[in-house]
Amino acid sequence: MPTVFELQGITKRFPGVLANDHIHLTLEQGEVHALLGENGAGKTTLMNILYGLYTPDEGTILVHGSEAKITSPEDALRLGIGMVHQHFMLVPPFTVTENVMLGVETLHYGLFLDRESVARRIRDIADQYGLQVDPAARVQDLSVGAQQRVEIVKILYRQANILILDEPTAVLTPQEVEDLFKVIRELVARGVSVIFISHKLKEVMDIADRITVLRDGKVVGTTRPADTSLATLARMMVGREVILTVDKAPARMGPVVLEIKDLQVRDDRKQMAVNGLSLEVRAGEILGVAGVQGNGQTELVEGLTGLRPVSGGEVHILGHDTTHASPRRILEQGVAHIPEDRQRDGLVLSYPVADNLVLNTYYLPPFARGMELQAGAVLASAAELVRQFDIRTPSVLALTSGLSGGNQQKVIVAREFSRPIQLLIASQPTRGLDVGSIEYIHQRLVEKRDQGCAVLLVSPELDEIMSLSDRIAVMFRGQIIETVVGGAATPEQLGLLMAGIHPGEERVPAAVPA
Amino acid sequence: MAVMARTREAVAPISRRYILSVFYLLVGLFMALVFSRDARPGEIAKLELNTTRSIELVRMPDIIVPVLPVVWVLSALVVILALYHLLHGFRRTGWLLGMVSLSFLVSFLVWAGRGTSFSLIGILSATLQLACPLLLGALSGVLCERSAVINIAIEGMMLGAAFASVIVANVTGSLFLGLGAGLAVGALLAAWHAVMSIRFKMDQIVSGTVINIFATGLTNFLNQRVMQVYTNLNSQQTFPTFSELAPELGKIPIVGPLLFDQTPIVWLALLLLVIVQIALFRTRWGLRTRAVGEHPRAADTVGINVFRTRYVNVILGGLLAGLAGCYYTLGSVGRFDKLMTNGHGFIALAAMIFGNWTPVGAFASSLLFGFSEALQVKLQILIGQVNIPYDFLLMLPYIVTMVALTGVVGRVIAPAADGKPYEKQ
Amino acid sequence: MGTSVQKETQPGIGREGPASQPRARNAIWQVLNTLSIPVLALFTALVISAFFILASDPVILAAYGNFFQSPVHALAISWNEVASAYTALFLGAIGSPAAIVVAIRTYLATGQTNGLIQAFYPFSESLVAATPYIFAGLAVALGFKCGLFNIGAEGQIYIGALTAAYVGYRFTGLPWIIHAPLTLLAAALAGAVWAGIPGYLKAKTGAHEVINTMMMNYVAFNLADFLLNGPMKRGGSTGYIPISPDIQTSAYLPKFFPDPIRLHAGFLIALVMAGAMFWFLWRTTLGFELRTVGSNLRAAKYAGINITRNFVLAMALSGALAAMGGAGEVMGVNHSISQSFSPGYGYNSIALALMGGSNPLGVVLASLLFGALSNGATAMQALAGIPIDIVSIVQAFVIMFVAAPATIRFIYRLKVEGGVQAVFTRGWGGG
Repeated sequence: MPTVFELQGITKRFPGVLANDHIHLTLEQGEVHALLGENGAGKTTLMNILYGLYTPDEGTILVHGSEAKITSPEDALRLGIGMVHQHFMLVPPFTVTENVMLGVETLHYGLFLDRESVARRIRDIADQYGLQVDPAARVQDLSVGAQQRVEIVKILYRQANILILDEPTAVLTPQEVEDLFKVIRELVARGVSVIFISHKLKEVMDIADRITVLRDGKVVGTTRPADTSLATLARMMVGREVILTVDKAPARMGPVVLEIKDLQVRDDRKQMAVNGLSLEVRAGEILGVAGVQGNGQTELVEGLTGLRPVSGGEVHILGHDTTHASPRRILEQGVAHIPEDRQRDGLVLSYPVADNLVLNTYYLPPFARGMELQAGAVLASAAELVRQFDIRTPSVLALTSGLSGGNQQKVIVAREFSRPIQLLIASQPTRGLDVGSIEYIHQRLVEKRDQGCAVLLVSPELDEIMSLSDRIAVMFRGQIIETVVGGAATPEQLGLLMAGIHPGEERVPAAVPA
Repeated sequence: MAVMARTREAVAPISRRYILSVFYLLVGLFMALVFSRDARPGEIAKLELNTTRSIELVRMPDIIVPVLPVVWVLSALVVILALYHLLHGFRRTGWLLGMVSLSFLVSFLVWAGRGTSFSLIGILSATLQLACPLLLGALSGVLCERSAVINIAIEGMMLGAAFASVIVANVTGSLFLGLGAGLAVGALLAAWHAVMSIRFKMDQIVSGTVINIFATGLTNFLNQRVMQVYTNLNSQQTFPTFSELAPELGKIPIVGPLLFDQTPIVWLALLLLVIVQIALFRTRWGLRTRAVGEHPRAADTVGINVFRTRYVNVILGGLLAGLAGCYYTLGSVGRFDKLMTNGHGFIALAAMIFGNWTPVGAFASSLLFGFSEALQVKLQILIGQVNIPYDFLLMLPYIVTMVALTGVVGRVIAPAADGKPYEKQ
Repeated sequence: MGTSVQKETQPGIGREGPASQPRARNAIWQVLNTLSIPVLALFTALVISAFFILASDPVILAAYGNFFQSPVHALAISWNEVASAYTALFLGAIGSPAAIVVAIRTYLATGQTNGLIQAFYPFSESLVAATPYIFAGLAVALGFKCGLFNIGAEGQIYIGALTAAYVGYRFTGLPWIIHAPLTLLAAALAGAVWAGIPGYLKAKTGAHEVINTMMMNYVAFNLADFLLNGPMKRGGSTGYIPISPDIQTSAYLPKFFPDPIRLHAGFLIALVMAGAMFWFLWRTTLGFELRTVGSNLRAAKYAGINITRNFVLAMALSGALAAMGGAGEVMGVNHSISQSFSPGYGYNSIALALMGGSNPLGVVLASLLFGALSNGATAMQALAGIPIDIVSIVQAFVIMFVAAPATIRFIYRLKVEGGVQAVFTRGWGGG
């Protein structure tokens, strides 16, 4: 098989970190080559270099045998390399046609946009590769899977034959993942070569012809699925034996702490994101809410914590009606919230660590006497929490922006755990963290649950849900479609539920248009 | 990543509805109580469709309006609309605001003219005139903001351009050079704003304020130091209107006074309105501009130069603001006075927001603001009939702006990246 | 929409200034570093303004027309013009150092105070001029701390002045101890309401406070015109400028020194307000909330902080401070209010707040500087014929340089240091 491109000795340094360390990689014609690694292993950086968004400090790139200098996406596209980013590069209010033609517009009379011929070409490409797209649809109205298809069409329109997919399955339902894999196989059959960046072992084993594992910026090894196993890959990714499950004692459940009845919450687009959801969480248990992102989980958590107005239904915490309560009142009921986006919602990055540790308790004694803040008490408490939770920071007065992701999350955890809580709502608590921090957070969650706290865990990572939860509630299109006992359900069953398919139902016909 | 979406029209949240409904209700009650109080039954207002100079070829009949019935009907309409909005809620609140404003203004007009007659044509003509700089300012804002650069320096650009146009026109004796100077000053100030916000990533509101303070200070400074010493530099220089060039045009009934008795800058403004509207939505430049404004990183990844697009748009916006400034001098009084733009740069911004960042919308809002201002100007004639102190009338455009903003913000969507400096990785 | 990030290091609860800098030498470097930008900014602004002074003088322009024939002449008269302008500025702002020394000697020798009074007069005038700037600067800074751009300080000053004048002349027979504080309080309240309205609209509807406060400004100006030409018009006044009646002496702010020195209690009150603002922002729960709202709105919501209340509170307090500035002028200096009495205190204070880093101490220092500048500019106009508006030009450049220190570094090729750029903009609304 001819080599499509070859990366030789690629090295890239950022202040304080060596992102890529003399990396060698080849891609052969018509293969699906997976780039596997943890968050922060250097995969995206490497591909950004290939796509012209970064320039390497050292190393050469050979495309079809000859050396190439790629300094911009245009250069990359000229060489036939296209990239579908993890966060889509689509302009939401534009139509599919406008998004595809952006940057390479065809014109009438040299001045006016020629949308019609572009639309025609889009339909041709779609038919050729079996992709379902509607040129006239507005991107913001499309499902995530459909948007991804638009991104792919965008690249094919520019006649790329090397496709880089960066974490493409992060936001897809299992069904949509199957559809994507079908598309990839179709593309490959027509001569396109694909690089598939992921941290999901099972998918990589499913789709890849060859797998290269990156760890800490270095290539650990290249292998084929037939020659390896999940455990081997995991060990290569992490460098040690990875505990894929969490040890925990069986749950001792107490009374109902959180009761949700027919909850309705609207999202930013005024659509009903939470659509008649009912749920109960008891003291001493971890209830995991599984589901693909975008089924209303964010709105559910925001509705429960008072950050978003509730349009219908009821929420009771420890018997009190908190449906329309303010965030402060809910906090005062003994509710802790670890937010989905720690930097945006959970912390004030420009504040010192000590201030963030009292972010929602500053007005209570001993931190305040009436209106006056008691600096001494704040600092003392901060020092104690830093010690207790092993937060790595030069001092309690250091700015929170200087802490690593894991330590920032520890600040939030320390803060929430530093007051007596009956209900803990944790939303994607381990997003973007390294394995050590993930283990730490998981242990703390189980610890709280063993102390009698009710824990509501919301996460799109099925593994996390399965390993931690006593009960699992699957959320789909704003409702809980099924609740199962943790440990009783298999990933396949949960995957089907996450796609909205009840066990025993007929399979939904494939390729439902967006 | 979840997609970001524009808010679809839906019933507004309770608090804003409540505030606005109560406000509209008060407006309706005000109309019913105040406007009908002084009017005697059977009194009429005569709205003339001819200019006071009566030069038309054909004399158009006057519109006779019975005052009390019209006032009652319009007040009732406003009250009903307000109550409906409070209890049920309208979807299209922009439409609602427009209806209420129009009803108020028409009944105000009719009441003010009770028992006498006044020139409707005069008011409409003045409306178009006064809307012209607002339209140009709003177009300037649209160009800048569609590529995500907030420009609150329109006021300063207008002022600077006004000053420059007069000086250069007087020094060179050429109106066109004066116009050019005004445009150039607008563009220069805009370039300064662009450099500060794009290259130095300064907060765009602060950067705009810098320009405003600078322009105000410099024009006052030079006005005092130069113009008041050499008064020949500030003598009247205006463009002739079409009807001055071709008197026959001005004599066409209705259309004549309305369209031809205007400075050519008004025509330029209307022409630019059409050009910008088409360019923004049908050309490559427009597509790229809007992409840069909504999702600059996406535009960057397909090879569009985000920075250059923004620079170009801001400078084009400066040209338009400069033209707006020239209106105040070359298109109107012909001389420069301190602070002559009087906050209109900000009203133009409100027109832009109210018009949902589209040229056509901006035009509609400019007409509304222009109408309210024309009323205030023309009503000085009727000052005896209007028991409202002159200074309160002067406040009208500003209050209307505030109400308009309250009514529509959050319901209209700014370009998504508006105000954020772009960071290349 | 956009985020709001506070500039530079954020002092923590109980501590002022940058964190974890143990050595004194480092501390001095820090201070110098922090001061260098504003100082360079002012210097550069003055240089640029000198250019405008020169370029608007036909005599100088003519001399440059002949530059190659007699370059020395052109440069000489340029230098003379700028030197005389800025010398007048300095003398008007601080006074002549020589005269001060002589006056002190005379006082020590003979106990005569006349000379002292005369020598210190310019300096005292600078303090008088600085007083409203301190108030207005604190007002705008407080807004910035909450992420709000209060461009309406000017209108709030007018409202404060109008209220103070009214309460000052309307109520007779009240003892000083009641009348003066009452007047001040009334003005503060009026300003709080005037600014509170845009604050409320911002909180409830997301309407941007820049436009709304600007509109309230114009409403205030027109209101002032109406009142001063009508209900509040001074009886028997046929003067060119509309003016209100004089306030009762019981509403005066006391002066410290004999005439003609006009330094009044308002200056002290302003300093007290600066201290109060520091205490409020860094030592109270409300202040903590306000700063958090300004630093990260979403995190503030998450922390249970009531955003509406803080927006309204911040704007109201800001308006109150600005209004007190206006009241101070009425009660301490003019003893009445006339049309257009403010040379743009409200707008100029934006530069102040930025220059002072939105911190009370910085604002006070910057205000003293601006007071000196504006006082000196009056002298510059009288002695050297330069219009006062030159101060606006200086200010515009100062704001620019301070708001984007990169510009100064670019000009002077300074090294880049860390620090987050101040971004106050949240787009046009909708949260």
